[in-house]
Amino acid sequence: MPLMTPSRAGAAAADSVRSRITTRDRDVAGIVMLAVLLVAMLLTLLALFALLAQVVGESASLLSARGLDFVTSPIGSDPDQIGIWSGLYGTIVIGAMVLVVAIPMGVGAAIYLEEYARDDSRLTRAIMVNIRNLAGVPAVIYGVLGLIIFTQWLGPITGGKSAIAAGLTMAVLVLPIVVITSIEAIRAVPSGLRDAGYGVGASRWETIRDHVLPYAAPGILTGTVLSIARALGEAAPLIIVGAVTGLLPETSLTGFFSAVPILIFQWTGRSQPPNSEFAFTESAAAAGLVLLVIVFFFNAAAIYLRNRFERRRAGQ
Amino acid sequence: MSNVSAQIELLEQGLDMTSALVDNAAAGETSGHGGHGGQVVFDLQALSVFYGDFRAVRDGTLRIHDQEITAFIGPSGCGKTTMLRCFNRMNDFIPTARVEGKVLYYGVDLYDPAVNATEVRRRIGMVFQQPNPFPKSIYDTVAYGPKLLGVKKRGPLDDVVERSLRAAALWDEVTDRLDESGLGLSGGQQQRLCIARAIAVEPDVILMDEPCSALDPIATARIEELMAEMKRDYTIVIVTHNMQQAARVSDRTAFFTTEVNPDSDRRTGILVEYDRTEKIFSNPADQRTEDYVTGRFG
Repeated sequence: MPLMTPSRAGAAAADSVRSRITTRDRDVAGIVMLAVLLVAMLLTLLALFALLAQVVGESASLLSARGLDFVTSPIGSDPDQIGIWSGLYGTIVIGAMVLVVAIPMGVGAAIYLEEYARDDSRLTRAIMVNIRNLAGVPAVIYGVLGLIIFTQWLGPITGGKSAIAAGLTMAVLVLPIVVITSIEAIRAVPSGLRDAGYGVGASRWETIRDHVLPYAAPGILTGTVLSIARALGEAAPLIIVGAVTGLLPETSLTGFFSAVPILIFQWTGRSQPPNSEFAFTESAAAAGLVLLVIVFFFNAAAIYLRNRFERRRAGQ
Repeated sequence: MSNVSAQIELLEQGLDMTSALVDNAAAGETSGHGGHGGQVVFDLQALSVFYGDFRAVRDGTLRIHDQEITAFIGPSGCGKTTMLRCFNRMNDFIPTARVEGKVLYYGVDLYDPAVNATEVRRRIGMVFQQPNPFPKSIYDTVAYGPKLLGVKKRGPLDDVVERSLRAAALWDEVTDRLDESGLGLSGGQQQRLCIARAIAVEPDVILMDEPCSALDPIATARIEELMAEMKRDYTIVIVTHNMQQAARVSDRTAFFTTEVNPDSDRRTGILVEYDRTEKIFSNPADQRTEDYVTGRFG
């Protein structure tokens, strides 16, 4: 009978372990997947760069020839004279309206839903589901809503087809995004932090103000910036609310208005007049570049602020 | 005897709780004369806590005495933490939670509608399982509570911060880094910072929910030393998984266990026995307590 002492058994096991862990088998599936992911990433980058190159290339000669004049001139019918000032004004008003209307309202609603409303109540759940659905409603529909409510019903206040009405429409458009991202940010606040506040006798509001909101601030900020960027770039609702594309000599809050995306939309479809140096399509590309730069600055500011908040949160 | 009605209710349920409750009452008697201050701070009467329809813990009938450390021990899920969180109404933030029975604090039922829960939490501070300093500086973490109470001037705030950090045996370690974040401290230091934060609002009672479970033995020993000192000024109730800790630090111990519900598979916690700590660990009245403290179960 062959005798297997414990130490022999151990030696045999060690040999088998050694041979197993030194195999040169490749994880083929893993490598294929890595390649797929890499290609996906590169294609994404490529699309982004192609877009950027196209816009910059198309607008380079116009911007170098006219410079700031292009930004400060009003819109018109001569592609050598026109600028985006009227559109920029409308876009800035829209951004400001989103900032002062949608952000406080959205964050407020999120605080209520997350901190005060009973999450086991049927009403709260119904509201949550509806807000999520609203975030998926096409922008054009919001344009119709804006047309009826802000230009017709509230016409006496907003001045009808005005920058104010457009701003309010855009504010409503992004409201669900602000609410959802704020809710997510507030939900991510560790419960220990709330406990800590309550534990020293802070009231519910004091706890929210002093602990929950500062902790959630980076996430809320991200949602805020995303929503402003969306509002600045959206054209469809503005067409319905009545953005002007022709002559717009003066800018006002309650008078006729335009916006940068509207100009881009309009100019890309126009052909070059016979005696002009620049084409409308070049103006469109230049306007697009200006819009990109604005959104870029927004994002940069948001990232800077978010990092600051997060550093404070992490205690550095 | 305020828990007579509770006793009757229990007897009616046909449970073998009589001896424990009698001992419980006797413990209440003896502390009336001699030993520590002995004044009854909390008087729990047949306290049950529900989450929705589910009864998480029941039969909480016990008295907690001034300037003593009372430990709640028992296996996981026995409702010790749930019951502890009734002492300062921290369960208010769980929408489905509700209590039956009474939590009398110096004779006032904490669940009376007239009671201001925020004020209760100011007087009955809490230290949690995971150290949870605010993401602020050490100074601001401790000063937060006093600031809420209206202490605004730098001088008095400095005093409170120093006094609290000294009382929590942390002052010497952080004196030159008060403006650094509390999150940069070690786990044990963070927990002492949380104790300092609780002390800063001058509470009567400090509730500790497994304060050492995230700490190493050395940090744990420091917290236990600290508790022994704090006992002079505060009433302390501590939930612990660690029986030795209960034996080391507490004057009285309440043993909880779980029992299977007839109508569901979730287990309800139940207070088995409450007595002086040495009695619980040397000569418990209930077999379940003995099984637990001798390590035969749990």
